[in-house]
Formats: sequence, structure tokens, C-alpha cells
Amino acid sequence: MKVGIVSYGGYIPRWRIRPQDIASTWGTDGDAISRGLNIRSKSVPYPDEDVITISVEATRNLMKKVQIDPKDIGAIYVGSESHPYAVKPSATVVAEAIEASPNLTAADYEFACKAGTAAIQTCMGMVSSNMIRYGIAVGSDTSQGAPGDPLEYSASAGGAAFLIGMEDVIATINSTISYTTDTPDFWRREGQTYPKHGGRFTGQPAYFKHTLTCAQRLFEEADTKPGDYDYAVFHQPNGKFPVSAGRKLGFSMEQIETGLLVPEIGNTYSGAVLLGLANILDEADPGSRIFMIGYGSGAGSDGFDITVKDEIENIRTNNCPTIMEMVENANFIDYATYAKFRGKIRL
Amino acid sequence: MGIPRFWRETPSRYNLIGTKCGSCGMIHFPPRVICPSCHRKSIGKMERTHLSGKGTIVSYSIVHDAPHSFEMQKPYVVAIIELEGGCRLTAPIIDCSPSDVAIGMDVEATFRKLGEQGEDGVIHYGYKFRPAREATK
Amino acid sequence: MRDVAIIGVGDTKFGELWDLSFREIGIEAGLKAIEDSGITGQQIDALFVGNMSAGKFIEQEHVAPLVADYSGLSPRHIPTFRIESAGACGAAALACAHMSVASGIYNIVVVGGAEKMTDVGDTQAAEILSATADQEWESVFGATIASLFAMMARRHMHTYGTTREQLAAVAVKNHKNGSLNPIAQYRKEITPEMVLGAPPVAEPLGLFDCAPLSDGAATVVLCPLDMAKRFTDTPVKIAGYGQSSDTLALHDRRDICTMDATVIAAKKAFHTAKLAPEDIQLAEVHDNFTITELIAIEDLGFFKKGEGGPSTEDGRTALNSDISVNTSGGLKARGQPVGATGLAQVVEVVRQLRGECDKRQVDGAEIGLTHNIGGTGASAVVHILRRVN
Repeated sequence: MKVGIVSYGGYIPRWRIRPQDIASTWGTDGDAISRGLNIRSKSVPYPDEDVITISVEATRNLMKKVQIDPKDIGAIYVGSESHPYAVKPSATVVAEAIEASPNLTAADYEFACKAGTAAIQTCMGMVSSNMIRYGIAVGSDTSQGAPGDPLEYSASAGGAAFLIGMEDVIATINSTISYTTDTPDFWRREGQTYPKHGGRFTGQPAYFKHTLTCAQRLFEEADTKPGDYDYAVFHQPNGKFPVSAGRKLGFSMEQIETGLLVPEIGNTYSGAVLLGLANILDEADPGSRIFMIGYGSGAGSDGFDITVKDEIENIRTNNCPTIMEMVENANFIDYATYAKFRGKIRL
Repeated sequence: MGIPRFWRETPSRYNLIGTKCGSCGMIHFPPRVICPSCHRKSIGKMERTHLSGKGTIVSYSIVHDAPHSFEMQKPYVVAIIELEGGCRLTAPIIDCSPSDVAIGMDVEATFRKLGEQGEDGVIHYGYKFRPAREATK
Repeated sequence: MRDVAIIGVGDTKFGELWDLSFREIGIEAGLKAIEDSGITGQQIDALFVGNMSAGKFIEQEHVAPLVADYSGLSPRHIPTFRIESAGACGAAALACAHMSVASGIYNIVVVGGAEKMTDVGDTQAAEILSATADQEWESVFGATIASLFAMMARRHMHTYGTTREQLAAVAVKNHKNGSLNPIAQYRKEITPEMVLGAPPVAEPLGLFDCAPLSDGAATVVLCPLDMAKRFTDTPVKIAGYGQSSDTLALHDRRDICTMDATVIAAKKAFHTAKLAPEDIQLAEVHDNFTITELIAIEDLGFFKKGEGGPSTEDGRTALNSDISVNTSGGLKARGQPVGATGLAQVVEVVRQLRGECDKRQVDGAEIGLTHNIGGTGASAVVHILRRVN
């Protein structure tokens, strides 16, 4: 038996703001920014939503697709850079909210935008070594951009959860590989409200170097080439980087587009590559092969080579919304409402 | 609000756990130790049960004068909901415009922040309701 | 059991009494009632105080001995009781005092109700009031007191076709009555347009559908009926009393358009008084919101279920009509100092039965009723008062 994905679920808040509405507040050219980032809108959480609620919703959607006893879940890891608590785990709330408590291990992960893929790798190891029967890995964020900062045009909210196990696997994870260095391209210091970044330093030496190197190592490990894959999904801080990275590696737009959600919902950080994967799983035929590279600032990339199995048909129930349904359930707000929702107006 | 006071209600607030009377079958939420219909006959027979997260709106109000913890969400809708299985509760209706809400509307439970003990305090989570997915499709 | 009479009444002005403390309003109403009754402080056997939330409003608990103390009664060491029953504190305090006299335990008893609500901000006051609903399963979920009554209103409109205009008619009538009451918080008449155009508080209810936050106190003095003529020429008999409770949370009620607690309390009160709804000439009913009065006049048996709205709109509850409802202006215009409300209702009916109400006097008033509720109707107290000739 090979380790893989047993179920998955996503969650995207329904509120959206357009770059043009952000730009008009700051006196910048919204159309140009929208084109430059390839972002038409980004998701915004309601004031009563945070990483915990998004993680719970995504995990409950995962649980709706399968008939497993929550007590058989031995580990829950929630990866995020916007956990509501600096100290006190998000994962315990998720565990309680799906009634997996109390006989399991749980923890929160942080690795900028790749904490979710790191959580998948942890669950894979624990399942493969028979420490646990099932593990849940969540990547979720309500990322913040400082008012007027370029990040404000992309930083959004959403998350996805994956049930990892060896039984009734709907997609096998053939191999995973990581590439990690100490590269300070983006950070948030303890106690600070908004993250800071190195501007153009976030590109070549950070996103591209790690994503492309990790991808090359995954091709070598899996002994594959771009043509062997039906889908390729990359971390997507904006709509340009993943397309550019994918093209450089030799993938076509057709392979990339299904996993590319950032033009409609923005960068959901720890949720980004996982929501892309979830959208691919919503539509992929059995036998499809998926190439996935996550990226987290600081910096590192996690690569996954995935094959969809016939069992995927078993979990295609209609009792929870598809990722596209959530993408399309968009309600637009103006900047003032956005500022209120995001706590930028203090009472 | 005390931390333990909220914490001890989390099973019901997270997962809609109520009780079913072992004598008459009536469902109550939140859990009760005695059934108002069966009295003594029900003592020791009130079984934990999961309530349906689906229901319909019995009545609702659009709140404009909000308590502090809901200030950022006003105007918001609060409703009395009759759950499948016949038990009622009060909850906010979210993810829709107040003008879309109506008596008889189908709603489903979701998981949201209910409040927090100040900016540096414990955050409380629990159910709120939204229009049922079937109803919005 | 002995029959009990009210031999004295007193109150303060209701409203935003910035200069006066809780102690001062409590004493003012008390001293007026004692003076009105013709008793002396030496004759008082016990003090009952209705108060909802002094602990939250003024951070002072243990208010019953406080009122006795500042009334100069500390050397007499009389027993004092504080009664809490949310909005029904006043009437519940009267009920306890009534029982103590009827049973023969005490002879002369003072019953006061007081609330000082304006020492905290409006939002805080609303949050304190919301604790009279189910804090854990209503208030935590964003249900304010106004929104709970608004849900009754919306359902009443849905089921019986009650209109916003009919709700507004309650406020217009009560403001008109309040304009004739010297102690009322609001002594201005209002128009239906003003009610309908007011800012929304909890839709379908707007600002003018809601009673205000108020400071105020009201007091009555009781003694056995057979002793009453020693003190006053105009005793008023407590002819009927009924009290009842219901689920704390509105959503657990049998029907959110009916307050079963009111229905049952009224039945008991009419039974003990050997009277029927049609015998009542005037009623002070609980109108913390306009919908509450419509539901009350139905549940008390004055009108059929669903006919509260049209009857009010047709003027059948106006001064000197079929039944004069809330001649004082009600909670809406007289004001709503929570703990004082139930006793303020009694003070008004006693004055009406004594014929002391000047321009708002109900002609030939002999029998009146008071109806006081707590929370969203989890408590209800009904008293029937009758002039003793």
C-alpha cells in the first residue's frame, strides 16, 4: 500500500475586492496593477472568520466526502502564517470541531506559504511508519498586507485540508522532495501586525530559485518530464510567477491553468497551492498525474508527484461545494468595507 | 466572560450536541438533564445526540444597535431556527444580504468566531447559520 | 389569608436623573409613599426592594439594607429583601410583600422598586439588559433584547398580518398619555410618521418602538385591608394576583407570538379577583417594545389573538375608550427604570382608582390591572387592583 490522499476539502470566504478598488484609495493605477499581478480580485474574510474557522470549514468539507471515524485520525497539523493565536494551537480547535479529540497529536506549523505542504509531508511520514492511521494536513491563511503595500493587492484568505492515509487512497503521492535555504525574502517579526518583504528580492533568488530547483529535483527523483503530467500547480503569490515558473520548466498553459486560482481569489498563502491541488482533484480523471511545487518564504519548496486513482469517483459526492463553486460565489466590497472587515479601522 | 464558562459549552457550540429523551424521544438543545415532558421518567435517560445542522428560519431580526462584540458586523441578522428533528435555537444568519433572509428559508450550520475577550483574550467559536447550499444554487 | 390594601404610593420623576444617585431616588419615592400613607417609619415591619441589576449598573449589590439605611431605618433593624425577576422585579417584589402581609407575618410593609441605568453608557446598558435573556444560548449569539422582541413582531406580522402602522399606534398612544403625566420621561406627543421614520434598532423595530433607558423609583405601602382605613380614606385592594414563568430562551417557547406566562398569570389573577377581562377599565401593561403591548393585550384576554394591532389602531385602547391601556404613558413614554417598572404601574393604577390623574383620568375608574414581565416573557406578574368604597 502506498501513502496518499484519502480526501480533501477547501474553503474560500465569499467576499472579494478588486485591485482597482484598493488602488483608487491609494492613488495608484489599479488596471496596471491588476494586469501586472494577473489578479482580478482577491478573497476577503468576514470579521468573524479567521484561520481557525477556515481550517474547520475546509476540514469539515473533507470529512463530508468520506465515511471515516474521526477517532481514527491520529494527527492534525494546521499550517499558516496568520494563526489567530501566537501561542495556543489552531489545530486543537479543528480536532474538537470534527470530534477527533482527544486521542491524537496536533500542532500548528509556520513556514510562510508552505506550512500546509510541510504538514502533508509530516502526515505522510507518520502514516507510512504506522504511527497513525490517518493524518490531516491543513494549509490556511487570512494573510495581511499593510495598507498601501503592494501585498495588499494580493494577500487574501482561504484554505484547504487533506486527509493522508494508506487506505482508500484517491490519489497516490508517488514521491515528495524539498529544497530549503536561509533566504530572508519575506517575514513578520513577533508582535508585528503586517509582514515585510524584500521587494524584488522575493523573485529570482527566492521564489524562482527554490521553486525551479525543487521542481528539477522532483523530475530527477520521479524520473519524469513535464509531458508526463496532466496538471502542474505551483505556489501562486500572484498570477505571473507560477505561469512564468511553469513555462520555464516546460509546462503548457493547459497543464497550469486548472491549479491557478490566484487571478480570481488572490494569494491565500498557505492555502494557495493546496486550493489549486483541490481544484485539480475536483475535475481530474482517474490516472491523471499531477506535479505540485509549494513555496514558502524564508525559504523553501516542497515538491509532490501525485497520481489520481479510480477511487476518486467514490468521494465525488454533492454534499459539499466544489472549489469552483466557492471561487464563483463572489460578493464584491469596497475598500472602506474591506478595511473594516480586516481590522484596519480600529474601534 | 469567564474562560471556563465558555469552554465547557464547546461540545454543543462546536458540534450541536443536544440531548434526546430516552422516554419520549424529544430532542433538546442545549443538553438537559431532565425532560420537561417526562420529568422523573427521563432522569438518567437523557442521551447525547447530534443535532442536524440544517433547519428553517422561524423568525428573524436585522440588528442595527449591536453589542460591542458584533459592532463590526452590523447590521447583522439573528434568527430563531427550527432544526430538522424539531428543536429550535437562536443564531446569526451570515453569508447573505439581510434583505435575502425570509421566514421559512432553509439554512445550514457553519463555524465562526462568536466573540473574543478583548484583543488579547481568548477567542470563542461556535455555530452560525448561512443559507443552505441547495437553496442558493 | 388576609386581604391586603395599598395605602400609600410615591415615585420620582422618570428619566435621565444625572444629579441623583440610586440611594437618592430610592429614598425619594419611599418617603413620598410613607407620607402619602400616613404611617410613620416606626410602624414599618419590613422592606421589599425590586431591583434588577444594581451590581452591573452601579456596582452595588445588597441594595435592600442600603435603602433602609438611607431612609433612616437602620436603628430599627427591620428585615429587608431584594427581589430580582428581570423586568418584573417591581411586581414580583409586590407579590412577595403581599404574601408576607396576607399570611400575617407582617402588618405594614414598604415595597420599593428602583433602577439607576444612566451611570453606564447606552451600549453597556443594552448588554446588561440582554442578560435577562438566555445569556449562553441567545446573547452570546448576537441576540439583543430588542432583536428578540423584533422576532416576536416579525412572526406576529407573518401570522396575523399585524402591520408596522399598528405597532406605531402603540407608541403614538403611549406618548400621548405620557404627555399628560408629570413624572413621564417623554412628555411630547409623536406622530405615526415619526415612529415609522425613526432609525432601525432591530428590524422590524425602530427607535420609537423601544422604551428608553431610565432612572427612577416607585414605592407603595401595604397593610391588611381591615387596618387600611386607620391610615387612609382611599385604600386600594389587591383583588387579584397571578404570577407565572416560562422557558428562559424565546426559541424554546411553544409559540413566540404568545406569552404563555402572561396567559397563565392573567387567568390566576382573574380567578382570585373573581373578575373577567371585560371588567377591567384600565390596564398598565408591559410595553418595553410596541409589540409587547400588542401581545399583552391579547394574552390578558382584552382582545382575541391577532386583534391587538387593529384594535390599537382603531383607538380601542386609548384613554377612556374600550379599555384605557397605559394611561401613564407606559414604559415607552413614562420610562423604563427596570426594577421600578412594576411598581410604577401599580402607582399609576392606584392614582387612577383614587381619581387623582387630572387630564389623563379614566372616568369612574374602579378596577385596574397591572402586567409586568421579565426578560422576553420568562416571568409574568399580573395584579388586579380595586377601589375600596
